[in-house]
Amino acid sequence: MRMLLSALAATTILAGAAQATTVYPLDRATILAGSPFDFKVEFKAVVKPEDVKITVNGQDYKTVLGKEAEFVAEEKGKEDKVLGSALIARGLTIPAEGAYKIEVTAGSESKTVTWDVYNTSSTPKAKNIIFILGDGLSVAHRTGARIMSKGMTEGKANGRLNMDDLEHMAFVGTSSTEAIATDSANTMSAYMTGHKTAVNALGVYGDRTPDSLDDPKVETIAEAIRRQTKKSIGIVSTAEIEDATPAAVVAHTRKRADKEQIVGMMLDVKPDVILGGGSAYFLGKETPGSKRKDDKDYIKLYKEAGYTLATDKTELQTATGTNTGKILGLFHTGNMDVTLDREFLKKGTVEKFPNQPGLVEMTKVALGELSKNEEGFFLMVEGASIDKMSHPLDWDRALVETIELDQAVGVAREFAKSHPDTLIVVTGDHTHGVSIIGTVDDEKPGTEMREKVGTYAEAGFPNYTDENKDGYPDKIDVSRRLFLAATNGPDHYETFRPKLDGPFVPAIQNEKKEYVANEAYKDVPGAVFVQGNIPKTGDSGVHAVDDVVLQSTGPGSEGFKGYMEESDIYRVLADTFALGTTQTN
Amino acid sequence: MPLSRPKTTRRDVLSLIAALPFVLCARPSVAAVSTLAFGELYSKFGVLGLEFSEKVKALSGQEVSIRGFMAPPLRAEAAFFVLTEIPMSICPFCSTDADWPDNIVVVYLDEKQTFVQPSQAVEARGVLEFGSWTDPETGFVSLLRLRAAQYAAV
Repeated sequence: MRMLLSALAATTILAGAAQATTVYPLDRATILAGSPFDFKVEFKAVVKPEDVKITVNGQDYKTVLGKEAEFVAEEKGKEDKVLGSALIARGLTIPAEGAYKIEVTAGSESKTVTWDVYNTSSTPKAKNIIFILGDGLSVAHRTGARIMSKGMTEGKANGRLNMDDLEHMAFVGTSSTEAIATDSANTMSAYMTGHKTAVNALGVYGDRTPDSLDDPKVETIAEAIRRQTKKSIGIVSTAEIEDATPAAVVAHTRKRADKEQIVGMMLDVKPDVILGGGSAYFLGKETPGSKRKDDKDYIKLYKEAGYTLATDKTELQTATGTNTGKILGLFHTGNMDVTLDREFLKKGTVEKFPNQPGLVEMTKVALGELSKNEEGFFLMVEGASIDKMSHPLDWDRALVETIELDQAVGVAREFAKSHPDTLIVVTGDHTHGVSIIGTVDDEKPGTEMREKVGTYAEAGFPNYTDENKDGYPDKIDVSRRLFLAATNGPDHYETFRPKLDGPFVPAIQNEKKEYVANEAYKDVPGAVFVQGNIPKTGDSGVHAVDDVVLQSTGPGSEGFKGYMEESDIYRVLADTFALGTTQTN
Repeated sequence: MPLSRPKTTRRDVLSLIAALPFVLCARPSVAAVSTLAFGELYSKFGVLGLEFSEKVKALSGQEVSIRGFMAPPLRAEAAFFVLTEIPMSICPFCSTDADWPDNIVVVYLDEKQTFVQPSQAVEARGVLEFGSWTDPETGFVSLLRLRAAQYAAV
């Protein structure tokens, strides 16, 4: 027993040692047969090229991988610190499925990894895939959206969300390659490439060199679809279109903040429909409002590539009728406003951008355009601001965003009724630390808001109404409303009320770069100070490590079951489209 | 938008002196400074870009004062700070200058000054400059700047 324990301890230490030889793709990587990927070995020491020996299943690696890797004598880190030698071979493919054991030795260093190269069925199961992602979508968001939108009587929901009736489900593990915790870049990248990676990384493994654009690449789903099919591709998001989630469909960078470059990467792949925010990264730096550091005018470059541009709801409808085949819809310089502000309160930046379409409208337009292709399509739809409102603990806005996402799911399900050869996937990329614990009831006695929180039987049922049956509560500040509590956050003031003047800003930074409670909420009647429980460098609530619930319907959806790694989801998508088989003839 | 260049009265000067200690010590002779509000910076916001207001264009090259909030300095030794309309909260992944709000003003200081609390409003005063500018030291791109500026808590 003691020996076993010490062996376990040794393994743990080895696995955690940052200095060990690293092989990319990592051990236990799952690789679609025939898909290009970069192979890299990072030695912890400077080694001689003649000492390096690499075998794949016992054979010299060049025979199996078909290419000789470039030897880098010394990789340099920050301030020219020597990191060790490396070997890099770009764009390798392995055509045949099976287990591939890679053994690397050089001097005293050695490393063994095994890759699982898989193939897909030779015939597609579905013609279309609609992949709907609620960024940060957690169980509390679903439950809250259902209660807020449909109501509840005597403990039973008065109605069902569209996502409630997707029959195949899986629990999805979202952890990154470096930590149990995760962000929207590595999570969506795992869904869209089949490879897990590091926080902030998209379409690459995160290597040790500082350059964010030299990391070992893996193929994205958009690239695989272009390589193997004639299908159309659509990307729809309420975020900046070059933000992590939409970027993951096409991009390769270690750093999601490379938004300037991502706009160019998207143009390389040329998705047929691109709808979202983030025009600031399409404008040359001389244009006021630009966030580029160069003079490239991507609006012009996209137009030259055949895109029809739409900048608001009206132009989007016009573009739909133009039949050019490609639409670039950019409706905001940054992230689009959330539904509560856009449709109801007119807060946020709605005054500056008054005619923004919503996710439902964008999804309808995208489906209308993409379904013109007889070969089928892949559409990614992101409800981005479930996450963007959960970070600042603005739960009312996050729940309304969830209702909007669910209405987009309704549009997809309606489409699938007439196009049954469509796989619909609805999932989150990661979760947030949030739970519904009861209600806040203004009618409860006293002035202390904390005493108005109803728990257990005292919670009762909220009194949201939906007289016009649009699925949204007629007003958000009803007298008995849902009370959501964060498991974590910075110092802030809990006001127990919806933020009617604009999204919540719980904490602001001081001169020591620490986040302190935003005093703007201090004098809201009944507000209480909530001591933060994360480092003071954190400005908002963080992502949770909890599993995501994935739901799915349509051909191929039977592949989703039990517990799956986020990277396993890609395999089901690839199998549904038979991406192991060339269909371009 | 009409230009607002208030005539300076003796009372204005006195209240300015009271509110802004720097006026007295550094710029005793220039009290007639135009004020510019965050709402007056741009005449149009659009997906394809913003348009500087006529007021900004007219005041370019002149000394103006703007009230706002001081975002924490990017680097301790940076020669400038960012003036924002509301106190800044920066998301953990937004570490680049590209993720700042549209309507920021970069304030290049005359001389080094100490940082004030983020929820403390400040009035910055300096020579207004508009148009794209890349800070040679940090690569920070700005559209509106105050040069040779000073500030004080208000």
